Amino acid sequence: MSPILLAEQILNGVQLGVMLFVMAAGLTLVFGVMGLINLAHGSLFMVGAFAAAAVAGATGSFMLALVSALAAAAAAGALIEVLVIRRLYARDHLDQVLATFALILIFSEGTRWIFGSFPLYLNIPDYLSGPVTLPGGIQYPLYRLTLIGIGLAIAAGLFVLISKTRLGIQIRAGENDREMIAALGVDISKLYTIVFALGAGLAGLAGALVGAIQSVQVGMGEPVLILAFVVIVIGGIGSIKGALIGALLVGLTDTLGGVLLPHLFKLFTDPATATSAGSALASMLIYILMAVVLIWKPTGLFGARA
Amino acid sequence: MTTERILNAVVVAGLVLFPIWAWMADEPFMITLATKAAILALAGVGLNLALGIGGLVSFGHAAFFGIGGYAMGILASHAQAYDPIFTQPFVFEGSKSMPVIWLTAILASGLAALGIGALSLRTSGVYFIMITLAFGQMLYFFSISWPAYGGEDGLSIYVRNSFPGLNTLDPIQFYGIVLGVLCAVLFLLARLAKSPFGLALGAARQTPLRVETVGISPYRLQLVAFTLSGMITGLAGALFADLNRFVSPVMFSWQTSGEIMVFVIIGGVARLFGPVVGAILFIILEHLLGGLSDYWHIYLGALLLLIVLFARGGVIGTLTGREAAHD
Repeated sequence: MSPILLAEQILNGVQLGVMLFVMAAGLTLVFGVMGLINLAHGSLFMVGAFAAAAVAGATGSFMLALVSALAAAAAAGALIEVLVIRRLYARDHLDQVLATFALILIFSEGTRWIFGSFPLYLNIPDYLSGPVTLPGGIQYPLYRLTLIGIGLAIAAGLFVLISKTRLGIQIRAGENDREMIAALGVDISKLYTIVFALGAGLAGLAGALVGAIQSVQVGMGEPVLILAFVVIVIGGIGSIKGALIGALLVGLTDTLGGVLLPHLFKLFTDPATATSAGSALASMLIYILMAVVLIWKPTGLFGARA
Repeated sequence: MTTERILNAVVVAGLVLFPIWAWMADEPFMITLATKAAILALAGVGLNLALGIGGLVSFGHAAFFGIGGYAMGILASHAQAYDPIFTQPFVFEGSKSMPVIWLTAILASGLAALGIGALSLRTSGVYFIMITLAFGQMLYFFSISWPAYGGEDGLSIYVRNSFPGLNTLDPIQFYGIVLGVLCAVLFLLARLAKSPFGLALGAARQTPLRVETVGISPYRLQLVAFTLSGMITGLAGALFADLNRFVSPVMFSWQTSGEIMVFVIIGGVARLFGPVVGAILFIILEHLLGGLSDYWHIYLGALLLLIVLFARGGVIGTLTGREAAHD
């Protein structure tokens, strides 16, 4: 395998990783601050993608589509937080899993009802399409490079938000001791709604960004949701730093495993067996990674609490 | 007799009488629906052992359901193609006999549950939910990408497998077999829940520290419970595959894990008949709402949400007005 091809695959892995991070950041914040497992996070990803596809179809503006994806998902997030989610904070994880599983059913079927079963398409705008030449002669799609840039910018923004702003201080305090910050006069239920809507908005944005390189359809959120869970579990639930490192690990493992393992197996067996065994193992690789991390560190790489 | 016992008796009577009515009214489709409900109930009963008594929230029971299904698919497909599974140290042709398939399904899913449980039980809480989900997904993707047994397309068999002395192609006879298995498992579980093992397992869920102090290892109790739970769900998987004469990676999907969990919750966690009531309700809803609208999952979702938010203890809990006996 040539170094150029390898470099392209590494970039693909990083691109998948940063998008997973944008998705996982909200999930890990919601768990860290409110102690809630939200399976419906994938539905918010889908809501963002559909909102973007609808707005882009009506106005033709990609920027407007991204803004509306963020807004629609954040609004949907705030709505379900107020109606359903806030009743679940005091419940055990089983109730949370079930209630948010029910929300997935409602969101998926509701979207199918409104938009139909056929996939929608969200086109990459002209100014972001086509390849660019990177140092070393690597040709890489500009749009994917933009995704990496946006993802890293969001990561940087979140780190500033968490470590430097007043809201960030309240979020960190909420992770440590929620009774205490409520006693100090912080409106905890408003804080929870804000954190939930923030995570939802990020998921919606990720949905719109990724929706442009795949089709926008019902059920697109769940595979990403499961990957995002793998990410936050590897990184340690509640840790933004863990989510970033976990996301990059998962993105690179998934992408490189799929490319490299069949080649690796060819060193030992005949090509046909190597391809099937290699791709079978590659599809399981991130789950193996997760199992290994959890067996080695039962609360993830940067997690403090179980 | 408590309300719950009366309710259980009503459920058993329904399970016996409804198919007899359908048989006399010549409604084979209704018998098939009842069979499906009884098999899904069995899968839920398996999960309920880990989830209800053991407090182990497994989000990966589709793994065992799927392994059971593939045990049926692999044994039967080899037998129908006259292509031995292995020839060393002896020739094994596969099998079209249900008892052999069940035994294989139970053994294979039990071994998988032992392995998955041994690793997963090192974690707890939300990490346990996630690691069991990960193992389920691992098997799901493996079943999709491994081409030998159909890959993504799954595996179908031409004729339902046989059971000594009965004609399994006749819906009512196949239903009888399924109901027999379900009742046997329910009977054993009722005994198990009251045995020293069951009591210790319940105690390990409530106060693991105390259980440890009296010299019992919660880890071992939970591992045994998880393994038994996987075996029962695996057996249900083999029956489910036999009902459809088809097995595919969908059986391994996380939605399957979610649905098995839904049966348990709708009916009532830690109730002996909880998953049975849940599965029956699920099938009735699927049938009725599915006839009303293509989008029946919306109503299912809304109903599920209402049950989780307002009817704690599921249907049985609401009807009997009592918390589960040991909670």
